[in-house]
Amino acid sequence: MDIHEYQAKEILSGYGIKIAEGGLAYSPEDAVQRAREIGGHIWAVKAQIHSGARGKAGGIKICKTHDEVEAAADYLLGRRLVTHQTGSAGKVCGRLYIEAGTEIAQELYFCLLVDRSSERIVMVGSAQGGMDIEELAVTNPDAIIKIYIDPAVGLQDFQARKMAFKLGLNAEVISHAVKTIKGCYNALRALDVSMLEINPLVVTKSGELIALDAKMGFDDNALFRQLKISELRDKSQEDPREMAAADRGLSYVGLDGDIGCMINGAGLAMATMDMIKLAGGEPANFLDVGGGASAERTEKAFRLVLADKNVKAMLVNIFAGINRCDWIAEGVVHAVRKIDMKIPLIVRLSGTNVEEGRRIIAESGLPIITADTLAEAAEKAVQARNEVVAKEAAGA
Amino acid sequence: MAILINETTRIIVQGFTGKIGSFHAQDMINYGSNVVGGVTPGKGGQTHLGLPVFNTVKAAVKQVGAEASIIFVPPAFAADSIMEAADAGIKYCVSITDGIPTQDMMTVKNFLRRFPVEKRMILTGPNCAGTISPERAMLGIMPGHIYMRGNVGIVGRSGTLGYEAADQMKRLGIGISTSVGIGGDPINGSSHRDILEMFENDPETKVVLMIGEIGGPQEVEAGLFAQAHMTKPVIAYIAGLTAPEGRRMGHAGAIISSAGESAAEKVALLREMGVTICPTPAAMGATVAEVLARL
Repeated sequence: MDIHEYQAKEILSGYGIKIAEGGLAYSPEDAVQRAREIGGHIWAVKAQIHSGARGKAGGIKICKTHDEVEAAADYLLGRRLVTHQTGSAGKVCGRLYIEAGTEIAQELYFCLLVDRSSERIVMVGSAQGGMDIEELAVTNPDAIIKIYIDPAVGLQDFQARKMAFKLGLNAEVISHAVKTIKGCYNALRALDVSMLEINPLVVTKSGELIALDAKMGFDDNALFRQLKISELRDKSQEDPREMAAADRGLSYVGLDGDIGCMINGAGLAMATMDMIKLAGGEPANFLDVGGGASAERTEKAFRLVLADKNVKAMLVNIFAGINRCDWIAEGVVHAVRKIDMKIPLIVRLSGTNVEEGRRIIAESGLPIITADTLAEAAEKAVQARNEVVAKEAAGA
Repeated sequence: MAILINETTRIIVQGFTGKIGSFHAQDMINYGSNVVGGVTPGKGGQTHLGLPVFNTVKAAVKQVGAEASIIFVPPAFAADSIMEAADAGIKYCVSITDGIPTQDMMTVKNFLRRFPVEKRMILTGPNCAGTISPERAMLGIMPGHIYMRGNVGIVGRSGTLGYEAADQMKRLGIGISTSVGIGGDPINGSSHRDILEMFENDPETKVVLMIGEIGGPQEVEAGLFAQAHMTKPVIAYIAGLTAPEGRRMGHAGAIISSAGESAAEKVALLREMGVTICPTPAAMGATVAEVLARL
């Protein structure tokens, strides 16, 4: 789960990390009011969306007057911002963070994350802040400092100092840097953070170390014990279909193709989508219905897939282990009848009670196309989709 | 032979008396696995499915000689159960539980590393379907009947995709020595590489099928190991050709977060390392058959 910059800053500030003065605004009037409260002559009006690279997408405006703040707020609120992280659909900005302008002397990159290959926590820094770190990793890998932390022992002062010196910080800022780095580490450990990124971490002209941006991602598996973090969830930033799926215990990811999929198991789902692609089609979604797919759950999964109006054919591929093919078949028949499905449906069942499952489909009298193998299922789905497209073209 | 488990392995079930634990314990017993009891704290001394229940894993090891354990404990308590098993002297543990916090798994891995190698428990999973040595023992939740005994080792992250592979092989009359699910989480007990090493040392296994997916470095590490240390052919399929970057595809670990983690990149690297690539997921069985025919 991701949270907004202002939320991350509020959390980090509680762990001793310095941030610039700022406030939240939901309207241009709010924004001006916040700017007044903050005072000074320069403000950043920052769109709060769950994505990095907001600056490049025009989501951050530097303003020198209250009128400019108002105009920037008016422009950003409700605007759909597209970054390389949001995908083409972009994300709508519903909140703004108004922040005091900062006089920057030095821009740094700092990040902490749980590293799956070392199974430790890794601290990543670079003296070249503000940059796209992935780009830097390719063009100048030596500019990236990595320090691994043994979670059993925790972050030690010397490691934080090492990072601070390697970042090229002046002696006066070192002790503050150590405090900042340790604060970040403590937040990561206490709150089940999977990724914490401060880009840029800046040294101001007055010699202060400030987190000018902050991005935090949390381990979804740990949210059950991070209730305060769960409350920070902003559903407007999530794909409504993925959210609806998650609320029903299904795992869904919308894609750009037109062959809808319902599959049990993440690996088999990905493999089935690969097969569709290799057969010349494009999957419309990833959908893992998981184990124990009841008739009710199957119906929900169908509704979810068919809510995507691009879908021209649907493929169901179930390899029943804990599930039973007869239960799945009953669920499918029930769903097709109830939803009054208009597009071709291809069903491939395998595993426990497969004969019974096939019999139920065959005897339903519904125009369901069945397949024995994965390859056959994908080929039939692509063929059915092509026929629908051809028919539409002939009709138009 | 086979790896990790066979018909004599003395198995206990952690989370034995719960609904899910009971169901799968019975299924494993029906398959012929040597289940000798189970653990549910507070229910020690009772009998469940005709087998003794213990309060602690330690008691199960002491009284019924438990060697392997399977965990059906809810995510919040699963890490603790794994560490209890390791501490009690269990040699091999499968954690079925899905949804264990990543930091808990980091603690588990740290805890396991404190044991000297010869006393260190082997863990597979979490978030996996378990391990099966067909016609001998099942320590998992898979449909046992789709697996035929033979000479091919399977290691994979996904449960149902592993079933698909076993099914394709059975249709071609190809059997399996052991099939191991290592799970879909970012931090797991054993890696693809660890399991390849076991298969290399198993006389019964002639070839290995590795079923990988997008995300993480494990498939490529396994490929490097195979290139440097294996005499047996390795075949691989990597799922997720159509997966977009930065989107989690069901498994917590299945997310392309850095260079080299996409299916196409992994396939290219593995091919360079001499691993035979299955061109499609529908060709896993056929590719294994071709490689077997060349032996």
